[in-house]
This record gives sequence, structure tokens and C-alpha cells, in this order.
Amino acid sequence: MSLIKPLLRAPLSAQFGLLVIVLYILVALFAPVLAPFGETEVVGEGFAPWGGQFLLGTDNLGRDMFSRLVYGARNTLGIAFLTTLLAFAVGGFCGLVAAIRGGWIDQGLSRLVDILMAIPQLIFALLILSVVGTNATSLVLVIALLDATRVFRLSRAVAMTVVVQDFVEAARLRGEGLWWLVSREVLPNAAAPLIAEFGLRFCFVFLFISALSFLGLGIQPPTADWGSMVRDNAVLITFGDISPLLPALAVALITVSVNFVVDWVLHKSSGLKEC
Amino acid sequence: MNSLCKLLLQRLALGLLSLFAVSVIIFLAVGMLPGDVAQAMLGQAATPETVAAFRAQLGLDLPPLTRFGHWAWQLLHGDLGLSLANQRPIAELIGARLGNTFTLALLAALVSVPAALLLGMLAALYRNSWFDRLLNTSALSAVSFPEFFVAYILILVFAVKLNWLPSISNLAPGASFAEVLERSLLPVLTLSLVVIAQMMRMTRAALINLLASPYIEMARLKGISQARIIFHHALPNALAPIINVVALNLAYLVVGVVVVEVVFVYPGLGQLLVDSVAKRDIPVVQACSLIFAATYILLNTTADVLSIASNPRLMHPKG
Repeated sequence: MSLIKPLLRAPLSAQFGLLVIVLYILVALFAPVLAPFGETEVVGEGFAPWGGQFLLGTDNLGRDMFSRLVYGARNTLGIAFLTTLLAFAVGGFCGLVAAIRGGWIDQGLSRLVDILMAIPQLIFALLILSVVGTNATSLVLVIALLDATRVFRLSRAVAMTVVVQDFVEAARLRGEGLWWLVSREVLPNAAAPLIAEFGLRFCFVFLFISALSFLGLGIQPPTADWGSMVRDNAVLITFGDISPLLPALAVALITVSVNFVVDWVLHKSSGLKEC
Repeated sequence: MNSLCKLLLQRLALGLLSLFAVSVIIFLAVGMLPGDVAQAMLGQAATPETVAAFRAQLGLDLPPLTRFGHWAWQLLHGDLGLSLANQRPIAELIGARLGNTFTLALLAALVSVPAALLLGMLAALYRNSWFDRLLNTSALSAVSFPEFFVAYILILVFAVKLNWLPSISNLAPGASFAEVLERSLLPVLTLSLVVIAQMMRMTRAALINLLASPYIEMARLKGISQARIIFHHALPNALAPIINVVALNLAYLVVGVVVVEVVFVYPGLGQLLVDSVAKRDIPVVQACSLIFAATYILLNTTADVLSIASNPRLMHPKG
């Protein structure tokens, strides 16, 4: 019950956002049930119109557009979520350790992050992808590494304000190890801003992967993915057909929704009321 | 004044240092290539002797430090090396495209900066009104849209439905200025929309923070007009954050160009970069990355320098 009450009082935008997020997760989980055809199955002529057997027509190779949209939710969301999780595990942990340990560990990590952040992310990703080649694994690793730098900055800054407090000092004097300090003392007190950041980072990673896929350098065919679906069918737009825009719309909708929810969470947790 | 100079010099040195670090990273990226450039250029069929000879010709058998020095020296003389794909000098490939990309970014900046600042000020002035809420919600949405989505919607509306503008921006070499302008209008619009949203939000936030401070309250109590408070009292103090926001977004613009160029088939550096990544033409990728990264660092350093210079507190250090 206590969970439902704040939801009912949340602004309309946040309620809408939550609804969309839940819907996407359901679609991603039950993709094989919802999709009438297989992910890579060629079922008809290329660029078939809407209606009839194919709800949203077919794509350039004659695969069912609707089925691919449904599977795209699973692939694109899954990879973006995995990447964000990895970035948080690496960046968050390093940030906390840097704040707790200080000294040369902190200096070394911070300077490394400074240098990595001096290069624009997209350019860096393109540079590395051109060397290691484009496949899903290197995509996830590269983006997670680049994003971990941003997470590192935040988690270090947040942890810095926690580390100087008395209870951490007390734990240190008790002789607790690094793992205890990170997981039991600092992390619980740094969680709130990190969770909000997770939402924002997820949006960013999601847009980033979509953009790379759109450029043909992200998730590779024949895997259904929203970015590359736009690219494959873009020709149709010049004929006034909007079906290539549907995957792009799907990307836009989820990022807007997550942003709405994060905005609300931040507003609530800060207790800040603009004058 | 002295400490100000010192701060500025520090920033400049930091900028140069990151530029150097970036060039080292970009140089090292090639070392991660399985095999090496000589192998990649000659292909799988080449005999080991040919590869070794070619390696010596390229100077790849020298120690890495010497090679880096050589590479950096050539770079400073404008020699970017040869493309793996077609053996043409990279400087030739990049030349005209570089100009195109900067034109695009410059036009977008000219449109977006004044618009964003104006909208941000209006939103701060009429905050919590329906106008502010509308601006905020649309800005939040625009920030979360992928660039290609915005681009294709603009194409659908202006090029396909209304038929006002061309949907692709392939520039002919001898095009007149009006033609260039017409062809690049949609890419410029796309870039501007994405950047305006971000800049507007940050301008609004910076101004609102200031408007809550006691000296503004005082000015209000004295009965000074709203416009004078904004332009005379709040704006000079908001200058530093606003300059920062503008420079950061311009830096973003330089990168955002990549996707937009691909959508509109605009003959710029971004498109060359993406094509080269797909072809794994590493020297071209290196050169393009270096140009993008250098511009990015330059803009970020300028932002730092300007925001230090526009902060009057630093002009009169205490003690």
C-alpha cells in the first residue's frame, strides 16, 4: 500500500513514464509470445503495406515490421541495460574505492578518467570500434568503459562527502576492511544520487547504442534492433511512409519516460521547491 | 591580476597536456590492431618478406617512441599519411569536408545560441507559468530524442509533405552560397533543436539560482523594473555558467554533427569518419578523431578560460 500512495500523487508525467517503462519491460520479456512472426524470418515481399497479415507492413527484406519491433525491445533494451550495469559496477566501485583510499590510487584513477573524458565519447567509441571491429561484445565493453568514467566522477564526489563523516572514521578505527567500508558504510549513504544517475545513464547509453546502430556500427544484422531498423528502411520516408520512424519513436518514448521518472525522483529526494 | 594570469596559464597548459595525451591514445590505438598497418595494406596473400620490406619502408620496424615522434612531427606539418582504402593522401580527403563540417556547426551555433539564451531568460522570467512548463517539457523531450528521429521527422514534414526543402544535402563543388544555405537548412535545424533544449534548460537553471539570492530581493524591494533586474543585476553574474553551457554545447555540436551528416548525406568529416570505421581504414579514423578531439578540447579550454576571465572575484584576490 505504501508503494501505491506516492505513485498516485506523482505528477502526470511521472505516472506516464512509469507506465511506459513497465509496458516496455513486459514486451521485452514476452517478445516470443507477442510477436506473430520470428525475429529474422522472411515472411513476404519487401516493403509490404500496413494491414492484413502484416500489422505494420514488412521491412526492406520482407521481415514482419511489428515482430521486429517487439524483438527489438528485447535486444536493444537488454544490451543497454547490461552496458549500464557494467558501467556502474566498474565506475561506481572505482569511485568509492578512490574516495575511501585516497592517495595515489585516487590520483591515478582521477587523472586517467580526466584523460578519457577529454575525448568526445562518440569519437572515442568509433576509434576503438574501428580497431577491434564491430560486434555486440566489444560494443558493450567499449561503451561501458566510456560511461564508467562519468559514473566514477559522480560516485567519487558523492562518496567524498560520506567518507569524512564520523561513522566511517569509527569503522576505520575498528579496523574494518575495504570491502566492508565500501558495501556497508559508504554505499548505502551514496545510493540515492547513484540510482537517479542510473536512470540518466541508461538513457544516454540507450541513445548512444541506437545512434551507433543507426550508423551501422552497433548491433549487427540480422539481430532486430531499433537503430539499425531505422537505417535499413529510411528510404521509405522519402515516399511519405512513416513506418521507418516507428523504431525511432520507440527509442524516443522510452528515453522521455525514463527522464520524466528521474526528474520526479530527483525533485522528491532533493526536497527542493523552486521559488 | 597576477593570480588571474597564473590561473589562465594553468588552464592553457592543461589543455595542451590533454591534447598531447589524446594524440598518444590515438597513436596507440593503431598498435591494438591485430597484425599491423603493413599487413592490413598488403592483405592476407602477401609473403612475409614483402610485408617485412614494406614495414621497413613505412618505418614500422623502428621503436614506438621514435615512431610517435615521427608521426607527431609529420602531423604538425599537415601530413596526415595515406588512406588504407585508396592510397590517397588523407589531407586531400579531409580538406573540403572539414570546411563543410565547420560551416554546418557554425550555422547551427549562430541559430541555436541566441535562441536558447532568449528562451532560457524568458523561462526564468515567467517561471512556473504555462509558458515555462511547456518549454520545459518540450526541452526535456527534445533532449531525450535520438538525433536521427528529429532529423527524419523534419525530413518528413519539410521535404516530403510540404516539399519546401531538399531531403538530402549533397553539395556540388561549385554551389552558390544561397544553394549551400538551402541545402544545409534541415541539418542545421536538426542540430539546433537538440542543442537549444539543453542550453535553454541550463540557462534557466543558472538564472533561477541567482534570482533567489538576497541582492536580487533587495533590488526588487527598491522597485527596480523586472527587465533591469534581469539584464543589469542577474545576467552579469550568470555570465560564467552561461558561457560554460554555450561552450559545452558547441563542443557537443561538433560531435553531434556525425549522425546528422549521415542522415542528410552531407559531405562532411563525420560521414568520412563513419565510412572509414566501417572499412576499418585506421589512418583516416585517426586523423578524423584527432581533428574532432582537438576541436572539443579547444572549446572546453576556451570555456574554462572565459569563465575564469568573466568572474570578477578572481580579479581582486583576497590578502
